Amino acid sequence: MFKYLKQLTSLVAMVAVLFTFTTESMAAKKSKTLKNTQKKGFVRCGVSQGLPGFSNADAAGNWTGVDVDVCRAVAAAVLGDANKVKFTPLSAKERFTALTSGEIDILSRNTTWTLSRDADIGLTFVGVNFYDGQGFMVRKSSGITSTGQFKDGISACTNIGTTTELNMRDFFNSKGISYEPVAFEKADEVVAAYDAGRCDTYTTDKSGLAAQRTKMKNPDEHIVLPETISKEPLGPVVRQGDAVWEDIVRWSLNTMIEAEEYGITSANADMMKTSDNPAIKRLVGAEGELGAAFGLDNDWSLRIIKQVGNYGESYKRNIADTGILPDRGPNQLWTKGGILYVPPAR
Amino acid sequence: MNFKLKDIVPQLITVLAVVLVFGFFTYNAQINMENRGIDFGYGFLSQESSFDVQFSLIEYDGSHSYFRAYLVGLLNTILVSVIGIIIATILGVIVGIARLSPNYLINKFAAFYVEFFRNIPLLLQIFFWYFAALRALPLPQDAEAMFGVFFLTIKGLYVPAFIWQNFNIFFYSIIAAIIAIIVIRAHAKKVQENQGKQIPVFLISLGLIFILPFLSFLIGGVRLSFEVPVLKQLATTSFIYEGGVSLPPELIALTLSLSLYTATFIAECVRAGIQGVGKGQKEAAASIGLTPNQVLKLVIMPQALRIIIPPTTNQYLNLTKNSSLAAAIAYPDLVLVFAGTALMQTGKAIEIVSITMFTYLTLSISISILMNWYNKKIAIQEK
Repeated sequence: MFKYLKQLTSLVAMVAVLFTFTTESMAAKKSKTLKNTQKKGFVRCGVSQGLPGFSNADAAGNWTGVDVDVCRAVAAAVLGDANKVKFTPLSAKERFTALTSGEIDILSRNTTWTLSRDADIGLTFVGVNFYDGQGFMVRKSSGITSTGQFKDGISACTNIGTTTELNMRDFFNSKGISYEPVAFEKADEVVAAYDAGRCDTYTTDKSGLAAQRTKMKNPDEHIVLPETISKEPLGPVVRQGDAVWEDIVRWSLNTMIEAEEYGITSANADMMKTSDNPAIKRLVGAEGELGAAFGLDNDWSLRIIKQVGNYGESYKRNIADTGILPDRGPNQLWTKGGILYVPPAR
Repeated sequence: MNFKLKDIVPQLITVLAVVLVFGFFTYNAQINMENRGIDFGYGFLSQESSFDVQFSLIEYDGSHSYFRAYLVGLLNTILVSVIGIIIATILGVIVGIARLSPNYLINKFAAFYVEFFRNIPLLLQIFFWYFAALRALPLPQDAEAMFGVFFLTIKGLYVPAFIWQNFNIFFYSIIAAIIAIIVIRAHAKKVQENQGKQIPVFLISLGLIFILPFLSFLIGGVRLSFEVPVLKQLATTSFIYEGGVSLPPELIALTLSLSLYTATFIAECVRAGIQGVGKGQKEAAASIGLTPNQVLKLVIMPQALRIIIPPTTNQYLNLTKNSSLAAAIAYPDLVLVFAGTALMQTGKAIEIVSITMFTYLTLSISISILMNWYNKKIAIQEK
């Protein structure tokens, strides 16, 4: 009798051990960043210090912009509320350290995806939420209408710690023009210096030029030159080493873009549950078990669409309606002549 | 051996604690960097930097290495510190003495200057000079020439460049003058001690330092001409000056604010030093028939310097370290170029910040050693 009891207990112990192992691996799958975020109750998001259209705070401290919306989408997916985001404004210089040191969990700050950043410094880019390129702004009165008219001795204002600093050198070098780089830490200081006449031209991503122009004393006095001197795919970044969190951020962004593709908006998302198209049904959580892969419920994508809207809505609200870049250019869906193309959610 | 265990144990514990704390931080950083897939190493220093710097004392562009970029930043930091220290010292001594002036206006003006500039945060003063004062300057095409050759514009101060012929002969003539002055001073001291006769050393020195270089022009074949900056049009409304030397407004704003701020503290050190010499010293010196100039030079200053030097050393250190605020106004110093741009482009935060810290430490310690040596030299030598 006791002999059996002993066997029984060891069996129970074994089952218990097995069980703890399985729950342990499930918990491990629920990534550390995800666990921490759910415990804290907010998503920690690094943004710019004020770039209209991308991430900009109003007088009341409410952040808006397409970069901000990526973080809001993650908050909607993970916490159920798009407003549960803590924004940390960062300079170009601070941004990567803030992410690698764990001060923030998503960096959504008009950051260019490059090989060295992706591979070298412990970061992973999850996608592109804005296709951009570097350009130049000059005063209209200067009579310059193309970068071909730049001459030796031109002074160019820009930000330190950016790809613009490198592209600028490549550009002027290839044209054989000697120039004076004047690099500030804050974007506002760059704009103020250019606006005051310290520099002849101001160079950064074209979206940034368009956005900063709205902040100037007299926006109509400045023009953005037509030439684009570089590729600048801007997108959200996460720390290396948390694959689940990486996937959540990637697919939150992809959900917004794919929702636009299928015509799902914040207004009609609920009605789309009864759609005939299985792709649409999957996106609004009416079919399949897509959330389970990240340890989320099945309505995660529906919440993103309902609370933040699809990519087109976000673009219109933040960039087009504010007059920054009414034309979507390459940031149009691939089905409409742009290059926005995301893998299918299935 | 007469040390006691109770003396040794606390020392050992302290050393152990320090080592443990450092060990913990190093270990922690290592683990974290490994977890995040960040490599550690200084190999990047030899890589091509591929960014340009606005203002450099040595030849540099983006095709040079990160180490060269580091040198550019370091030299710019040293440049602004040295100019700042020289101006702050001259201004500080003048204002310090002025504060003791019996003239009411001079005295109060000096007091006002000190209280005004030392009570406003330095960063604010840098912002004032850069964003308010220098930004209000005219564009190059609107600038009026000062003395016909200087142009102060929003893009910087343009001054004529010196074009030398046979510069080395001119340089040797100055060295010869300095050596001659040293010899004459030593001789004058001997004559004074042996015969009580005084030789007008100052006038002779002044003469030498002018006459010898002048001779190098007459017979040494040295020629000096000036290259005056000329306005050049880049586009309809954008101009710069070409030729000559251009001092960027960032350098001017930083030097101005650093020296005006630090001079107030040096002025107070000087005042304290002079007031710290007992009244009896001055009276005693006067009573043996020294002229007021001699009283100041031979009695007051040697004693005052002993009080002035140690706190002034602190001010020099402060100025050097404060120069790192340059990053706020785009002056390419060590912090902006190396701990800013280079750090961002490489992502080597720990390596670059440690090098930068070590560099400032070395700079500060060098200044300390130099000033301590000087302090020892002027200290009372007990015989």
